[in-house]
Amino acid sequence: MNIVVCVKQVPDTATERKLRSDDKTLDRDAVDGVVNELDEYAVEEALRLKEAHGGEVTVLTMGPAKATETIRKALAMGADKAVHLSDDALHGSDALSTSYAMAQALKKIGFDLVILGSESTDARTGVLAAMLAERLGTPQLTLARKVEVNGSAIAIERITDYGFDKVEATLPAVVSVVEKINEPRYPSFKGIMAAKKKPVETLGIADASVDGSAVGLAAAYSEVAEFAAAPPRAAGTVVKDEGDGGVKAADFLASKKFI
Amino acid sequence: MSEILVLVEHVDGEVKKVTLELLTLARTLGEASAVWAGPGYSEAAKAKLAEYGADKVYVADSDEIVNYVVAPKAELLAKLVGDKSPAAVLVAATTEGKEVAGRLAVKTDSGVITDAVGLGEGFVADQSIFGGGVNVRSRVTKGTPIVAVRPNSTAPVAAAGAGAEEKVEVAPSDAARAAKIVERVKEEKGARPELTEAAIVVSGGRGVGSAENFAIIEKLADSIGAAVGASRAATDAKWYPHQFQVGQTGKTVSPQLYIAAGISGAIQHRAGMQTSKTIIVINKDPEAPIFEIADFGVVGDLFQVVPQLTEEIEKRK
Ligand SMILES: Cc1cc2nc3c(=O)[nH]c(=O)nc-3n(C[C@H](O)[C@H](O)[C@H](O)COP(=O)(O)OP(=O)(O)OC[C@H]3O[C@@H](n4cnc5c(N)ncnc54)[C@H](O)[C@@H]3O)c2cc1C
Repeated sequence: MNIVVCVKQVPDTATERKLRSDDKTLDRDAVDGVVNELDEYAVEEALRLKEAHGGEVTVLTMGPAKATETIRKALAMGADKAVHLSDDALHGSDALSTSYAMAQALKKIGFDLVILGSESTDARTGVLAAMLAERLGTPQLTLARKVEVNGSAIAIERITDYGFDKVEATLPAVVSVVEKINEPRYPSFKGIMAAKKKPVETLGIADASVDGSAVGLAAAYSEVAEFAAAPPRAAGTVVKDEGDGGVKAADFLASKKFI
Repeated sequence: MSEILVLVEHVDGEVKKVTLELLTLARTLGEASAVWAGPGYSEAAKAKLAEYGADKVYVADSDEIVNYVVAPKAELLAKLVGDKSPAAVLVAATTEGKEVAGRLAVKTDSGVITDAVGLGEGFVADQSIFGGGVNVRSRVTKGTPIVAVRPNSTAPVAAAGAGAEEKVEVAPSDAARAAKIVERVKEEKGARPELTEAAIVVSGGRGVGSAENFAIIEKLADSIGAAVGASRAATDAKWYPHQFQVGQTGKTVSPQLYIAAGISGAIQHRAGMQTSKTIIVINKDPEAPIFEIADFGVVGDLFQVVPQLTEEIEKRK
């Protein structure tokens, strides 16, 4: 089975993230890039499926040159090779143009299964997998907490508001996974060493047949009109429980007319 | 004024509160048209939509629409966008609503904004990003603006609309039938308000200690008509079902009041509740980061404080 895992480099959620004042895009230089946490579950699921069914796991990342660190991490976990879609023209792409560029790259790479994390911790739109399924004309098997492949049949459990749906489809398909699905492995020392020798192919937009006028900030379908740091929450009142903490909390609720 | 499509969220034939909020918003920006997708449609549902200002109600109530993952709903909306040329399309910013919006954006070559917490003139949307650290106003610049709006972004206000019904015949294409839902598994759903829609949410975390102990969280919730939420530590430990997880990979909630007991306030948890209007924290560790966003905090043992608070609320009713 030919599995492609889409992995994104994002700013570490633990650091302060900012928008750039000039073009109002995420300031990626100001922060440490890490693998989007949720993508680690996607990589893990891909590796488990490969271990069970054979095949190959390819990592696909779209992002600036420094995203190679993210690729190395996925390779160190055990992926076989990587494709880095990287081109200055892609800077500032929104979800629509990102999905377009990724879909073009996926068509070039070829796949039986595409796996993504359910969302990225920076943009948090949660739409990429659905957009890819739409663009590629493949089944959308998103928000999976369980994935089973049997020959060309694939079944998932999709989390819903009320519990989960059992969903069935035929490969090729696009899957996104939630963090309940597995426990991502840590790269071993051997894995880290081996990753250094694994092939990483860099694709520019022309290599992936991506139309340059359809990507990047200029092609975005939406714009940030303005932004500002959120006003800090007014410092609250903190009391130490002296046997009357519940009463004091109730007083506060009453003062705010909740009770 | 031109028409604005609102995709109706409904469960067991009941219109959900978020839809009434979306209709209220749509009315301020144009004429609200509700779009009902899937079975369960009734005169009562239509009356409810009209009560909150739907001038038109488009109805596509075949089972087919909900038997496949997301794609048929996006097809339905794309057809309506083509036929009616609305000024905008609003959906609820649930995980599924956002996916519908995403596919619709691709189909109609239109821009999409997700997780709006407000929407104003020119369809300029307010968003709160980076775990609540930055406020952004953005707008769609191409195609028909598609906006996924978070529940609790506005208060629903009734204002009668004509509620003219129009049946829409759509059969999902083969491509939209590619991911078939073969079974829906309902995991316990109590009488409490739904998590993302609730005006008050009481959440418990690792500090609660066990599934049995969640009863004290539930009692507090029931005393003030709240929904119950949980941190990932609590859902991972199977103390509370996963669909009640609040946070980055759980539900995003934006209630009037959020009470967090035994939750430390990890960034991933905060990402799902930081836009709550008022936050109360009960935690025995005064250094817990959740206190940074508390309007009122009690440093103490939740097993003392929570039952006492519940008792006080009952007493003052
Ligand atoms: C990819 C990813 C996604 C994630 N998504 C989410 C998410 O959606 N939601 C989420 O919540 N987390 C999420 N997390 C996990 C998050 O990082 C934290 O681990 C989690 O929120 C911790 O839960 P907690 O606050 O209940 O537990 P802890 O951090 O262990 O905190 C427990 C708190 O309870 C207090 N306490 C203990 N006993 C008592 C007592 N008797 N009385 C009062 N206080 C007490 C302690 O002082 C402590 O502050 C995610 C993590 C990752 C990596």
